[in-house]
Amino acid sequence: MSETLLSVEHLSTVFSLRGRSMFAPNVELKAVSDVSFSLNGGETLGIVGESGCGKSTLGRSILRLIEPTAGRVVWQGRSLTDLSAGEMRKARRDLSIIFQDPVASLDPRMNVGQIIAEPLKVAEPSLTRKERRGRVEKVMEEVGLAPEMINRYPHEFSGGQAQRIGIARAIVTEPKLIVCDEPVSALDVSIQAQIVNLLKALKERMGLTLIFISHDLSVVRLVSDRILVLYLGRVVEIGPRREVFANPGHPYTKALLSAAPIPDPAVARARGRTVLKGDPPSPINPPSGCAFRTRCPIARDVCAEVPPPLAEVGADHRAACLFWEEVRADPAVVD
Amino acid sequence: MTLYVDRREALEKAFIDRDDQVPRGRPRSVTRDALRRFRHNKAAMTALFVFGFIVIAAIVGPYLVPYDYETPDWEAFTAPPSIESGHYFGTDQNGRDLLARTLYGTRISLLVALIATTVSVIVGVLYGAVSGFAGGRVDAAMMRFVDVMYALPYILFVILLMVMFGRNVFLLFAAIGLLEWLTMARIVRGQTLSLKEREFVEAARAAGVSSFPIILRHIVPNLVGPVVIYASLTIPEIVITESFLSYLGFGVQEPLTSLGTLISEGADALGAADWLLFFPGGVLVTMLLSLAFIGDGLRDAFDPKDR
Amino acid sequence: MASVNMNQPLLALAGYTIRFTTPDGAVQAVNGLDLTVAPGETVAVVGESGSGKSQTFNGVFGLLAGNAETSGEALFEGRDLLKLSPKELDTVRGADMAMVFQDPMTALNPAMKIRHQLSETLKVHKGLKRREAEAQALAMLKKVGIPEAERRIGQYPHELSGGMRQRVVIAMALLCRPKLIVADEPTTALDVTIQAQILDLFRDLTTDAGTALVLITHDLGVVAGIADKVVVMYAGRIVEEAGVDALFARPAMPYTAALIRSIPRVDRDVEAVEPIGGRPPDLIHPPQGCPFHPRCRFAEDKCRAERPPLAEVEPGRRAACWFPFIDDGAGTRRGETMETAGV
Repeated sequence: MSETLLSVEHLSTVFSLRGRSMFAPNVELKAVSDVSFSLNGGETLGIVGESGCGKSTLGRSILRLIEPTAGRVVWQGRSLTDLSAGEMRKARRDLSIIFQDPVASLDPRMNVGQIIAEPLKVAEPSLTRKERRGRVEKVMEEVGLAPEMINRYPHEFSGGQAQRIGIARAIVTEPKLIVCDEPVSALDVSIQAQIVNLLKALKERMGLTLIFISHDLSVVRLVSDRILVLYLGRVVEIGPRREVFANPGHPYTKALLSAAPIPDPAVARARGRTVLKGDPPSPINPPSGCAFRTRCPIARDVCAEVPPPLAEVGADHRAACLFWEEVRADPAVVD
Repeated sequence: MTLYVDRREALEKAFIDRDDQVPRGRPRSVTRDALRRFRHNKAAMTALFVFGFIVIAAIVGPYLVPYDYETPDWEAFTAPPSIESGHYFGTDQNGRDLLARTLYGTRISLLVALIATTVSVIVGVLYGAVSGFAGGRVDAAMMRFVDVMYALPYILFVILLMVMFGRNVFLLFAAIGLLEWLTMARIVRGQTLSLKEREFVEAARAAGVSSFPIILRHIVPNLVGPVVIYASLTIPEIVITESFLSYLGFGVQEPLTSLGTLISEGADALGAADWLLFFPGGVLVTMLLSLAFIGDGLRDAFDPKDR
Repeated sequence: MASVNMNQPLLALAGYTIRFTTPDGAVQAVNGLDLTVAPGETVAVVGESGSGKSQTFNGVFGLLAGNAETSGEALFEGRDLLKLSPKELDTVRGADMAMVFQDPMTALNPAMKIRHQLSETLKVHKGLKRREAEAQALAMLKKVGIPEAERRIGQYPHELSGGMRQRVVIAMALLCRPKLIVADEPTTALDVTIQAQILDLFRDLTTDAGTALVLITHDLGVVAGIADKVVVMYAGRIVEEAGVDALFARPAMPYTAALIRSIPRVDRDVEAVEPIGGRPPDLIHPPQGCPFHPRCRFAEDKCRAERPPLAEVEPGRRAACWFPFIDDGAGTRRGETMETAGV
């Protein structure tokens, strides 16, 4: 592994929501709460969690598409969060994003060529029209699209093809980091596999660093080197993929793993499951202490008192549970 | 390596890494698709044909009719429609040919509608897009101004203008247009608010595009659908408003005329000379109906979800 | 056929076909489908989007768009649903068979309290009085595991979470004790933890009440844990039908095999998944021969020329393939290992 490329330090993003009535005070929603991690060049970090856990907000806060409220994002030694708007726009050529809904992320009134060329126009304004077209066609080849499609419009494509267009737009400036926000969840399973393989291939070819956000643990397991589990905007576990999947240190991770469907009837029937009760609590009014305690199968009284710190549970593997030893002593749910 | 293993690898290369089936036919932009849907809408196309006929008649008709709109025919005062005399729509109390007057009146009404709609589209789109994209306090202030304008009774507003500057057709155009843009601005602002949250706008921001190019390249082109639809609904509204103002006596001045003025005169002569109301009224109703069908067709064409 | 007998299937589709007329041409969304659902059975209908899996059952429930045309037979307890008048269909729909959609909000009226939505069904189909209907509604909400059901019943749909709404829809579907529930991607919009809850709920309900369940999904992972029988659809036709264990252990059709291999596993470290190249065919211009042949790595001239019929390939299972069981996952042909092929 090479040196640290990105480090996120105590990042918090708070949304201020209007109160229920005109005179009620505004309500604060802590979407991302004190998140820290660092990422080496060429590494893929998988961020998992249920919907509403703040994983998309985290991804967008890192890129300053949503302004974080506190903390720093340090990119190659420079603090992105301290850049002016103009400097940030320049920095964006190294940072990219792929969206969940492939069709919604493409402007319906632009053709494929215009869509893919847009970041290039900003990053390299000196290119001639012809050079730009050449770059666009090259990148279309790279993502497995035919260059003849360049004059087509987004709605003429299938979901898988539209996502390839989104990927082409994301890599056309040859960025170093790409935030993939649920890039395959809107696609059919067979197409998901195509896109996942494409992303993996591009990562190898271009030496990309990826932040891969998904609610689907099996996809995350396929692409990630390290895993970050988010619950109500807080990191509950972070560690190497193999460790997190084989030997989770947080009951939430364990529950997520056990809820994930397995395409094998014998295994599916045989495995013991810890099905979580209820829904995640509202991030507007999170439980005291450990946020997970209201759904946790092993919660004690002490869990309500203080938020558990991220404890070192293994090499480079941390979990925010007071009873992580107990969690790990239990036989692992899968594998 | 076996044949089959080779074949598998070759096939994987061919299939897995690519998804390059080019869509059939010519590239279809959203606008072209919408126009294609519009062409398939029989009611709307018929209405477009009828409306087109009225427009052409209003433009070239007056040159083809043997009588002009202001010269009385001393031989026929209040004459009913007749083929022999050449007064196909009859004449009014002053002996002026009603066909010529109707054609001329339609021309004036359409001109008012055209100018007022253009004014309302330009002002409304700019105002609405800026307000919606800026958001926050700027948006709040701009929209409160619209609310205040809305609250003013527009008839009073028009009357005030007339009193201050005298009766003037162009003033009438401007006054109506400046009132109609309010709704347009609200619609455009609403659309802009939702458009700027769309992922493709976020993608442009992530690529480092700054605000003004985003408005020009991503917001305004995507407003075409709603703006076209609303503009097509504005035209009949303006024709009615003009007719109404003319009916009240604030419209165009004699001997110039408009559909509203003609109808107003016709209404006075009801019972004595029914054709004076019947013909201009018929033209107005036909025009409004066909515009309504065209607007409906445009809505279906640009917004196919609702079908 | 109309007489009630124990072996009679609950739902039997025969030669069932759906055609859509579009400006671009006629779309054969569903083509000559033969499918039975036995009482109490859980059948999973699997396919990619556009395979016709949802349209099939929308048609059974009379929910197709205006440009659709159905033919063939859809017998529910011996009555052909396609020949019923809308009024007669209403007496069956909601009472004897119910549908659960992917998006619970499509089934719930946003302006109506849960209480009224649920009791309305009972009042219409069972002719119950208000008080009685509400009592039953409350009991059903408790049964589907809604916490604080007494409070929730007085709320509006938007006040509930996604998982809770789906439970309400399931409760609504179950109210009249239907014999058949059709669930169209009921968990796709939900988080894994909630998905597990809902699937468990379905499993309990079908075993306790003996309700037959048709689960329409694109996710084979979901299927493995709950189905008795799996029907795989491709381009508007059934291409394979088998018991769940047999299907996963030894898929007969290369498409099924490829589908299974394209799913990433949460319980294993895999370096790469194997996608199915290309994409489903255009139903306006379907390919000649087997609809899957352009994407099938085992396709032969015969596959390109003639469409294989859905035939029994082993006792109790059917597949539409000229070379069933050809795909052993290694890319080689059956009976031919790398060694015998002369590596």
